[in-house]
Amino acid sequence: MIRLTNVSKVYETGNKALRGVTLTIKDGEFVFIVGRSGSGKTTLLKLLLKEMEPSSGRIVVNDVELGRMKRRHIPRYRRSLGVVFQDFRLLKDRTVFENVAFAQRVIGEPNRAIKESVPRMLGLVGLSSKYKVYPRQLSGGEQQRVAIARALINRPEVLLADEPTGNLDAFHAGEIMKLLEEINRQGTTVIVVTHSQDMVDAMKKRVITMDRGRVVDDTNPVQEPRISARRSHRRTLPR
Amino acid sequence: MRFSTFIYCLKQGLINIRRNFLHSLASAATISACIFLFCLFFAIIGNVRHFAQSAETTVGITVFFDENYTEEQIWQVGDVIAARPEVREMDFISEEAAWESFQMEYFAGMEELAEGFADDNPLAGSASFEIFLHDISTQEEMVEYLSSLQGVRKVNYSNSVAEGLENMNQMIGMVSILIIAVLLAVAIFLISNTISVAAAFRKSENRIMMLIGATNSIVRAPFLVEGLFLGIVGAAVPLAGIYFLYQKAAEYVMGHYVIMSGIFTPIPIETLFPVMAGTAFALGGGVGFFVSFFTIQKHLKL
Ligand SMILES: Nc1ncnc2c1ncn2[C@@H]1O[C@H](COP(=O)(O)OP(=O)(O)OP(=O)(O)O)[C@@H](O)[C@H]1O
Ligand SMILES: [Mg+2]
Repeated sequence: MIRLTNVSKVYETGNKALRGVTLTIKDGEFVFIVGRSGSGKTTLLKLLLKEMEPSSGRIVVNDVELGRMKRRHIPRYRRSLGVVFQDFRLLKDRTVFENVAFAQRVIGEPNRAIKESVPRMLGLVGLSSKYKVYPRQLSGGEQQRVAIARALINRPEVLLADEPTGNLDAFHAGEIMKLLEEINRQGTTVIVVTHSQDMVDAMKKRVITMDRGRVVDDTNPVQEPRISARRSHRRTLPR
Repeated sequence: MRFSTFIYCLKQGLINIRRNFLHSLASAATISACIFLFCLFFAIIGNVRHFAQSAETTVGITVFFDENYTEEQIWQVGDVIAARPEVREMDFISEEAAWESFQMEYFAGMEELAEGFADDNPLAGSASFEIFLHDISTQEEMVEYLSSLQGVRKVNYSNSVAEGLENMNQMIGMVSILIIAVLLAVAIFLISNTISVAAAFRKSENRIMMLIGATNSIVRAPFLVEGLFLGIVGAAVPLAGIYFLYQKAAEYVMGHYVIMSGIFTPIPIETLFPVMAGTAFALGGGVGFFVSFFTIQKHLKL
């Protein structure tokens, strides 16, 4: 459970990126966050990651208030999240394989397991053939998929994805969305920031709309069965 | 820490060094210079002390007695002296023996000249004890004690060798500590600099790592490996050099200064080396590790 109460963020520049945001996201939910550029979506995710502190208000994740979390507990908290950064943030002098593997090293996964799960995850995002190359040798969309692979590999409790399909064509975007749906079905809370109205329309999930630092709309459509979205060769996540 | 994590950190540390090779080289070289001097002074001081110890066995205190003392009386005093714990060895030199050795020395080849004294030992009343101590540093005290004894006429001793050597050792020690301290300061500066450069290189990387949940220790580990490695390599090179040079030097001294060979043998490398190597590795590794630890600590406050 993620609960924000009256959260505001004023940057050092005096820029008010968030103004009194209050919202609750339950475990296992799939939520889109939409809104114009500069409306505070990325800021919201950064606060959830504890990359920075809110200027006021409280953020509680699984009964722990982030502002009161002990320093030494921060790494453990972050490991429970999977993050796709808007700017990818890949390790630029590590190969694609190492970039994804690093998330597993961080949680102390043995080498054997890493050698097995990383290629499988790269397969799921369609990058099987690129595991040896460096991020600079990849296209924007490919880098984005590496970032997604890294975020998903540890099967996080919560996935924070900042425009995960922003650089992708319709086909790849669709594949990634299916992946996110699948991981959500397996229990991960998924929070996706997006500008793609098509995608939001197609997925029929809860949509939080932001404008100039405020939540201006929060709609949760009644779920309809979507036969068309199902495919016979649906892929599953690596174990 | 898992073994694979350990290997990973090791590899990253070596990558740091390779990426930053000239800095790393300068750091390791400074540590090497530092440890080379340390080893050199260690060897010199050790040997001087060793020499002083062997010198102590050849330079003793000579005690002469009042001329009217009989041999029996002298022996009585001798027993008292021999009972002192400082005394390692004591020889009685009778007046005849003293005269004989004097003749041997001064009338060598002209024994007939000495014949004139035959019945009239000019060194009558010169019976003496030659005393050797366990520890030369107690000599002064001992001399004072001996002088205060009843019947003792004169105490001859030489403190020039022992004291001179000890003074020399102190001088060498002071100079070496000074030079090593300066070099150590330079080494610390260079290592800290090297680690800072490496940290700057990895700045965004470290930040990303921490954002995806890496602990401080796993982010720090490659830098500690780097520091430790620099220190250990910095120690190993001069140790290897000293190991070789020391044996050559000892050979040279023994071969060229024959007079030395009687009274002095250098400490064998096998005795000297373990202590020297242990200290050098502890010094190099310790400096490398702690300097990088404190340097990286500054850079990890994200
Ligand atoms: N580091 C920063 N310092 C100062 N102002 C910032 C900083 N980061 C963001 N802002 C400002 O805060 C506001 C919200 O930014 P944010 O990145 O959250 O927007 P966003 O909704 O993610 O936009 P986009 O859709 O373009 O990614 C913007 O006005 C932006 O200029
Ligand atoms: Mg953004």
